[in-house]
Amino acid sequence: MMFTIAAAAIIVAHICAVIRALKGPTVFDRVLAANTIGTAAIMLLAVMGFLAKRPEFLDIGLTYALLNLIGTLAVLKWFRYGDLAHGEEDERGDT
Amino acid sequence: MELIINVLSWGFILAGSFFYVVGAIGLLRMPDVFTRMHAASTSDTTGAALLLIGMMLQAGVSLVLAKLMMLLFFILFTGPVATHALARAARYAEVEPVLANDGAKPKKVSTTKAKPSKAKAKAKPAKRKAKS
Repeated sequence: MMFTIAAAAIIVAHICAVIRALKGPTVFDRVLAANTIGTAAIMLLAVMGFLAKRPEFLDIGLTYALLNLIGTLAVLKWFRYGDLAHGEEDERGDT
Repeated sequence: MELIINVLSWGFILAGSFFYVVGAIGLLRMPDVFTRMHAASTSDTTGAALLLIGMMLQAGVSLVLAKLMMLLFFILFTGPVATHALARAARYAEVEPVLANDGAKPKKVSTTKAKPSKAKAKAKPAKRKAKS
Protein backbone atom coordinates (compact mmCIF):
# COMPACT_ATOMS: atom_id res chain seq x y z
CA MET A 1 0.00 0.00 0.00
CA MET A 2 2.67 2.52 0.95
CA PHE A 3 4.65 1.70 -2.18
CA THR A 4 1.52 2.29 -4.26
CA ILE A 5 1.20 5.78 -2.75
CA ALA A 6 4.89 6.47 -3.41
CA ALA A 7 4.54 5.27 -7.02
CA ALA A 8 1.51 7.52 -7.54
CA ALA A 9 3.39 10.56 -6.17
CA ILE A 10 6.37 9.84 -8.40
CA ILE A 11 4.15 9.47 -11.47
CA VAL A 12 2.53 12.84 -10.69
CA ALA A 13 6.04 14.34 -10.49
CA HIS A 14 6.85 12.73 -13.83
CA ILE A 15 3.81 14.29 -15.47
CA CYS A 16 4.61 17.77 -14.11
CA ALA A 17 8.22 17.49 -15.29
CA VAL A 18 7.15 16.38 -18.77
CA ILE A 19 4.79 19.37 -19.04
CA ARG A 20 7.64 21.70 -17.99
CA ALA A 21 9.98 20.07 -20.51
CA LEU A 22 7.44 20.58 -23.28
CA LYS A 23 6.67 24.25 -22.59
CA GLY A 24 9.88 25.46 -20.88
CA PRO A 25 10.81 28.80 -22.47
CA THR A 26 14.61 28.41 -22.19
CA VAL A 27 16.78 25.39 -22.83
CA PHE A 28 17.75 25.33 -19.14
CA ASP A 29 14.14 24.66 -18.14
CA ARG A 30 14.19 21.66 -20.41
CA VAL A 31 17.50 20.39 -19.03
CA LEU A 32 16.19 20.86 -15.47
CA ALA A 33 13.03 18.95 -16.34
CA ALA A 34 15.10 16.17 -17.93
CA ASN A 35 17.20 15.92 -14.77
CA THR A 36 14.07 15.72 -12.62
CA ILE A 37 12.60 13.06 -14.90
CA GLY A 38 15.83 11.06 -14.54
CA THR A 39 15.77 11.15 -10.73
CA ALA A 40 12.05 10.34 -10.68
CA ALA A 41 12.72 7.38 -12.99
CA ILE A 42 15.33 6.04 -10.53
CA MET A 43 12.88 6.34 -7.65
CA LEU A 44 10.12 4.73 -9.70
CA LEU A 45 12.43 1.82 -10.53
CA ALA A 46 13.24 1.31 -6.84
CA VAL A 47 9.58 1.50 -5.81
CA MET A 48 8.51 -0.86 -8.60
CA GLY A 49 11.20 -3.28 -7.43
CA PHE A 50 9.59 -3.34 -3.99
CA LEU A 51 6.07 -3.56 -5.44
CA ALA A 52 6.94 -6.53 -7.66
CA LYS A 53 9.32 -8.01 -5.04
CA ARG A 54 12.14 -8.02 -7.57
CA PRO A 55 15.05 -6.01 -6.12
CA GLU A 56 17.16 -6.49 -9.27
CA PHE A 57 15.64 -3.24 -10.51
CA LEU A 58 17.89 -1.40 -8.05
CA ASP A 59 20.96 -2.20 -10.19
CA ILE A 60 19.34 -0.50 -13.16
CA GLY A 61 18.58 2.43 -10.87
CA LEU A 62 22.24 2.75 -9.91
CA THR A 63 23.23 2.87 -13.57
CA TYR A 64 20.58 5.50 -14.25
CA ALA A 65 21.90 7.65 -11.40
CA LEU A 66 25.32 7.83 -13.03
CA LEU A 67 23.99 8.29 -16.58
CA ASN A 68 21.68 11.08 -15.40
CA LEU A 69 24.56 13.20 -14.06
CA ILE A 70 26.77 12.59 -17.09
CA GLY A 71 23.90 13.40 -19.46
CA THR A 72 23.02 16.66 -17.70
CA LEU A 73 26.64 17.83 -17.59
CA ALA A 74 27.19 16.90 -21.24
CA VAL A 75 24.13 18.83 -22.42
CA LEU A 76 25.12 21.88 -20.33
CA LYS A 77 28.68 21.79 -21.67
CA TRP A 78 27.36 21.56 -25.19
CA PHE A 79 25.19 24.64 -24.77
CA ARG A 80 27.98 26.57 -23.05
CA TYR A 81 30.89 25.88 -25.40
CA GLY A 82 29.15 24.47 -28.48
CA ASP A 83 31.63 21.61 -28.27
CA LEU A 84 32.09 18.62 -26.00
CA ALA A 85 35.88 18.36 -26.37
CA HIS A 86 37.23 21.87 -25.94
CA GLY A 87 40.76 22.44 -24.65
CA GLU A 88 41.90 24.98 -22.07
CA GLU A 89 42.94 27.50 -24.71
CA ASP A 90 39.33 27.69 -25.88
CA GLU A 91 38.15 28.86 -22.45
CA ARG A 92 36.13 32.05 -22.76
CA GLY A 93 37.08 34.44 -19.94
CA ASP A 94 34.68 33.53 -17.17
CA THR A 95 35.16 32.82 -13.50
CA MET B 1 9.49 -4.28 16.80
CA GLU B 2 8.07 -4.92 13.36
CA LEU B 3 5.21 -2.57 14.09
CA ILE B 4 7.64 0.26 14.97
CA ILE B 5 9.60 -0.31 11.75
CA ASN B 6 6.41 -0.36 9.70
CA VAL B 7 5.11 2.87 11.25
CA LEU B 8 8.47 4.61 10.72
CA SER B 9 8.57 3.37 7.15
CA TRP B 10 5.05 4.66 6.48
CA GLY B 11 6.03 8.04 7.89
CA PHE B 12 9.17 8.33 5.79
CA ILE B 13 7.48 7.20 2.58
CA LEU B 14 4.48 9.50 3.06
CA ALA B 15 6.80 12.46 3.77
CA GLY B 16 8.88 11.59 0.72
CA SER B 17 5.80 11.40 -1.50
CA PHE B 18 4.63 14.75 -0.16
CA PHE B 19 7.99 16.41 -0.91
CA TYR B 20 8.03 14.83 -4.36
CA VAL B 21 4.61 16.20 -5.30
CA VAL B 22 5.39 19.63 -3.83
CA GLY B 23 8.64 19.82 -5.80
CA ALA B 24 6.85 18.84 -9.00
CA ILE B 25 4.16 21.49 -8.51
CA GLY B 26 6.90 24.06 -7.87
CA LEU B 27 8.66 22.99 -11.04
CA LEU B 28 5.45 23.64 -12.93
CA ARG B 29 4.37 26.93 -11.35
CA MET B 30 7.50 28.95 -10.42
CA PRO B 31 8.17 32.05 -12.54
CA ASP B 32 11.78 31.65 -13.76
CA VAL B 33 14.61 29.15 -14.19
CA PHE B 34 16.30 29.73 -10.84
CA THR B 35 13.19 29.39 -8.69
CA ARG B 36 12.22 26.30 -10.67
CA MET B 37 15.66 24.88 -9.93
CA HIS B 38 15.08 25.53 -6.23
CA ALA B 39 11.75 23.70 -6.33
CA ALA B 40 13.10 20.78 -8.33
CA SER B 41 16.04 20.23 -6.01
CA THR B 42 13.55 19.83 -3.14
CA SER B 43 12.08 16.77 -4.80
CA ASP B 44 15.46 15.55 -6.05
CA THR B 45 17.20 15.49 -2.68
CA THR B 46 14.71 15.58 0.21
CA GLY B 47 11.95 13.60 -1.49
CA ALA B 48 14.25 10.96 -2.90
CA ALA B 49 16.23 10.62 0.35
CA LEU B 50 13.09 10.20 2.47
CA LEU B 51 11.64 7.62 0.06
CA LEU B 52 14.92 5.68 0.03
CA ILE B 53 15.15 5.71 3.85
CA GLY B 54 11.59 4.38 4.03
CA MET B 55 12.50 1.60 1.61
CA MET B 56 15.68 0.83 3.58
CA LEU B 57 13.58 0.26 6.70
CA GLN B 58 11.44 -2.19 4.74
CA ALA B 59 14.43 -3.99 3.24
CA GLY B 60 16.06 -5.15 6.47
CA VAL B 61 19.74 -6.10 6.62
CA SER B 62 20.48 -7.52 3.17
CA LEU B 63 22.09 -6.77 -0.17
CA VAL B 64 19.08 -4.62 -1.04
CA LEU B 65 19.93 -2.33 1.88
CA ALA B 66 23.49 -1.89 0.57
CA LYS B 67 22.20 -1.08 -2.92
CA LEU B 68 19.70 1.43 -1.54
CA MET B 69 22.47 3.12 0.46
CA MET B 70 24.63 3.38 -2.66
CA LEU B 71 21.67 4.87 -4.54
CA LEU B 72 21.13 7.42 -1.75
CA PHE B 73 24.84 8.28 -1.79
CA PHE B 74 24.81 8.84 -5.57
CA ILE B 75 21.63 10.91 -5.54
CA LEU B 76 22.82 13.11 -2.67
CA PHE B 77 26.10 13.81 -4.47
CA THR B 78 24.99 14.13 -8.09
CA GLY B 79 21.82 16.18 -7.54
CA PRO B 80 23.49 19.32 -6.12
CA VAL B 81 26.33 19.05 -8.68
CA ALA B 82 23.86 19.00 -11.57
CA THR B 83 21.85 21.88 -10.08
CA HIS B 84 24.99 23.95 -9.51
CA ALA B 85 26.18 23.38 -13.09
CA LEU B 86 22.74 24.27 -14.40
CA ALA B 87 22.58 27.52 -12.42
CA ARG B 88 26.08 28.50 -13.55
CA ALA B 89 25.30 27.75 -17.17
CA ALA B 90 22.07 29.75 -16.94
CA ARG B 91 23.92 32.75 -15.47
CA TYR B 92 26.61 32.42 -18.14
CA ALA B 93 23.94 32.44 -20.84
CA GLU B 94 22.59 35.67 -19.26
CA VAL B 95 19.19 34.40 -18.25
CA GLU B 96 17.94 37.13 -15.94
CA PRO B 97 16.27 36.09 -12.68
CA VAL B 98 12.91 37.66 -11.85
CA LEU B 99 13.36 39.94 -8.84
CA ALA B 100 10.65 40.89 -6.37
CA ASN B 101 11.22 44.64 -6.80
CA ASP B 102 11.83 44.54 -10.54
CA GLY B 103 10.08 47.51 -12.08
CA ALA B 104 11.25 46.76 -15.61
CA LYS B 105 10.30 43.41 -17.06
CA PRO B 106 13.33 41.13 -17.53
CA LYS B 107 14.19 39.87 -20.99
CA LYS B 108 13.84 36.11 -20.83
CA VAL B 109 10.96 35.06 -18.62
CA SER B 110 8.04 32.78 -19.28
CA THR B 111 5.01 34.35 -20.91
CA THR B 112 2.77 33.39 -18.01
CA LYS B 113 4.53 35.98 -15.84
CA ALA B 114 3.77 38.93 -18.13
CA LYS B 115 0.55 40.13 -16.54
CA PRO B 116 1.60 40.25 -12.83
CA SER B 117 4.86 42.09 -13.55
CA LYS B 118 3.01 44.70 -15.62
CA ALA B 119 0.63 45.24 -12.75
CA LYS B 120 3.59 45.68 -10.42
CA ALA B 121 5.22 48.19 -12.76
CA LYS B 122 2.03 50.24 -12.68
CA ALA B 123 1.71 49.97 -8.93
CA LYS B 124 5.25 51.09 -8.17
CA PRO B 125 5.29 54.69 -9.52
CA ALA B 126 1.99 55.35 -7.80
CA LYS B 127 3.52 54.42 -4.48
CA ARG B 128 6.50 56.69 -5.07
CA LYS B 129 4.22 59.64 -5.82
CA ALA B 130 2.34 59.02 -2.62
CA LYS B 131 5.57 59.11 -0.66
CA SER B 132 6.89 62.34 -2.16
